[in-house]
Amino acid sequence: MAFDAEIRAALIEQVRRFVTEKCVPIEAQVGDEDEVPQAVVDEMKNLGLFGIAVPEEYGGLALDMETEALVAFELGQTSPAFRSVAGTNIGIGSQALVLFGTDAQKEKWLPGIASGDLIASFALTEPEAGSDAGSLTTKAIRDGDHYVLNGTKRYITNANKADLFTVMARTDVDTPGPKGVSAFVVERDTPGVSVGVPEKKMGQQGAHICDVIFEDARVPAENIIGKEGEGFKVAMSVLDKGRLHISAVATGVSKRLIREMVNYALERKQFGTAIMNHQMIQAMIADSQAETYAAECMIMDAARRRDAGEDVTLLASSTKLFATEACGRVADRAVQVFGGAGYVSDYGIERFYRDVRIFRLYEGTSQIQQIIIARELAKAAKAGRL
Amino acid sequence: MKVLVPVKRVIDYNVKVRVKPDQTGVDLANVKMSMNPFDEISVEEAVRMKEAGTATEVVIVSIGPKQAQETIRTALAMGGDRGILINTDETVEPLAVAKILAKVVAEESPDLVLLGKQAIDDDSNQTGQMLAALLDWPQGTFAYKIEKDGDALTVTREVDGGLQTVKLATPAIVTVDLRLNEPRYASLPNIMKAKKKPIDEKAPGDYGVDISPRLSVVKVTEPPVREAGEKVEDVATLVSKLKSAGAI
Repeated sequence: MAFDAEIRAALIEQVRRFVTEKCVPIEAQVGDEDEVPQAVVDEMKNLGLFGIAVPEEYGGLALDMETEALVAFELGQTSPAFRSVAGTNIGIGSQALVLFGTDAQKEKWLPGIASGDLIASFALTEPEAGSDAGSLTTKAIRDGDHYVLNGTKRYITNANKADLFTVMARTDVDTPGPKGVSAFVVERDTPGVSVGVPEKKMGQQGAHICDVIFEDARVPAENIIGKEGEGFKVAMSVLDKGRLHISAVATGVSKRLIREMVNYALERKQFGTAIMNHQMIQAMIADSQAETYAAECMIMDAARRRDAGEDVTLLASSTKLFATEACGRVADRAVQVFGGAGYVSDYGIERFYRDVRIFRLYEGTSQIQQIIIARELAKAAKAGRL
Repeated sequence: MKVLVPVKRVIDYNVKVRVKPDQTGVDLANVKMSMNPFDEISVEEAVRMKEAGTATEVVIVSIGPKQAQETIRTALAMGGDRGILINTDETVEPLAVAKILAKVVAEESPDLVLLGKQAIDDDSNQTGQMLAALLDWPQGTFAYKIEKDGDALTVTREVDGGLQTVKLATPAIVTVDLRLNEPRYASLPNIMKAKKKPIDEKAPGDYGVDISPRLSVVKVTEPPVREAGEKVEDVATLVSKLKSAGAI
C-alpha cells in the first residue's frame, strides 16, 4: 500500500519534532547516566513509535519500508541510544512474529509490542556463534507439550528490559549447521530464564546489551515460530528488513553530523577566516555529503523494491555495507573538522564517533555483508539471472 | 459543552524570519509553517476538556490558504473532532477574522470559543477581544487556568504583577496564555486517523464578510544589529568615554 503523501509528511514532521525537542537537548545526559529517562520512553510510547512496523489490526501503524526508512532517518538524527529503546520492537524483536507468527501468537503479543507495554528482544548471537550463526549450540529439546531450552545468548540488545525474546535454538542436535535451528518466543518470566548484567561498552550509553541464559527453561510448544528447522530462515528474513532499518538510522546520524560539521566550520575561524573557506575542510564535508546522499538513495531504492515484493537480500546487504561504512567515515571526518573540539566530550562529536562504531558490527558485520553480496551474485549467475 | 477552537497557520517558531528586500513584509517563500503555538495550547485545553467529559465536541476552524488544512489536520490529530477551513489567499486582519468567527459562532452555537492570546506572526493580540465585543459575550483573556463551574467558567488570568480570577457566564470567549498547559505530541496513529475526520471548506464570501484590509503597513524592517562592545585600558579611559558619549 502506497502511503498518502500528506499523512507521510505529517508523520515524519512529528518524529522530527520529537527528536529535536525531546531527545537532542538531553543527549549528553543520556550518555553520562547510561539511561534514557522514563519520561522520554513514555513519550515514545504515546507517540506510537514502538508499533510502526506492526500491522494495524494489532494496534500498529504498518508503515511500509519506505516510510519506515524515512522515520529512521529522523530517529537517527540524535544519539542512537534513543532509537534503540524502541528499536527492537520496531525491528528484530517483533518481525519474526509479524512475518511468521500464527494468528494466536500475533494476538497474544503484537498489541503489547505495538504499544510498547511489552519490550521484545532478539536472541541469536552466542558466545561461540556470532557471524557463524549456523553453529548455534543453544538447544531446544521437545518434551511433551514443551521444548526445554538450555544455553547462553550474548550481546542481546534490550535484554534487561525485555518481556519476551525471539530465540534461535537447535531443535535437532544431530543436524549441524542452520538446518537444525528453530525460532521460539520465550517470555522473560519463564522459570529457568535469567539475564546478565549490562555490558560496559564503547558507545551508545543508554542502550543496553546483556547475556540471556536458559537453564532447563520449559517453553510451550505452541511458542515455536514457523516450523521446526525453519529458525534460520526466520532469522535471515528478520535481518533483511533490519539491515535496511539500521542503514537508515546510520544515514540519519550521518546527516546530523554533516549539519554539525557545516555549522561549526562556518563559525570556527583559523588563519583569519572561517574554516569552511579552507578547501581541505570543504573536501571532507563534500565527501561526507556525497556518500550520505548515495546511502540515502540506496536505502530508498531498496525499501521501495521491498515494498513492491522483490527479494532484497542482495540490496539490503549492499546498502548496509555502504551506509554504515560511510557513516563511520563521516563520523571520523566530523572529529577531524572539529579538531580538538571533536576529541573533547563537550561538543558531543566524540560520543557520536563511538556510537556509530556498532553499526558496522551488528545485524551482520561488514564482512558478513560482503559474503552475502558475493554469495547472492554467484547464486544469480548460476541461475542465469545476472 | 461545545468548544470552537480557531487556529492560525504561521511561520514556524524555529524559523529565523527574514524581511523582504522591499520592506513590505517578511519573506514567506519556502519557509516552514506550523500551527501558532498559542493555538496549540487552546487545542490541548479543549481536548483535555473533552477527555475530562466537560466538552462534548471540539470543532477546529482556520482562516487562510488551502495549506491551512494541514494546520487543521494537526489539531484533529491532537483530538479535535472536525474542522472548518475558510479558504482565502488574502491577508486577513484581526477584525475580519473576528467578523468571520462571529458568523461561524452563529452557525455552530458553541458554548466556548477558545483562542490563542495572540499569533506569533504579527503579535496582534486582538482577535479574541474583538470577537467578544462583536458577540457581546463575556471574555477571559490570558488564561492560566480554566475550570468549569456549573454553567459558568472560572478563569484565572495572567496579569501584570500576578493572577486575577474571573467567573464567566457561558457562552464565553477565553484566550489562552503560555502556562495553561503543555500541548501533547499528536501520536502517529492519531495523525493517520485524522485524515479521515471531516473538514468543511468555505470562503469568506459564504459568510458575507468583507475582508478587505482596513490597515496599511508602512514599512517592515530588521531589528537594529547590536554593535560590538569596546575594551578600554583603565577606569579613567572608561569614564572619559562615557562622558564623551553623554552617558554620565
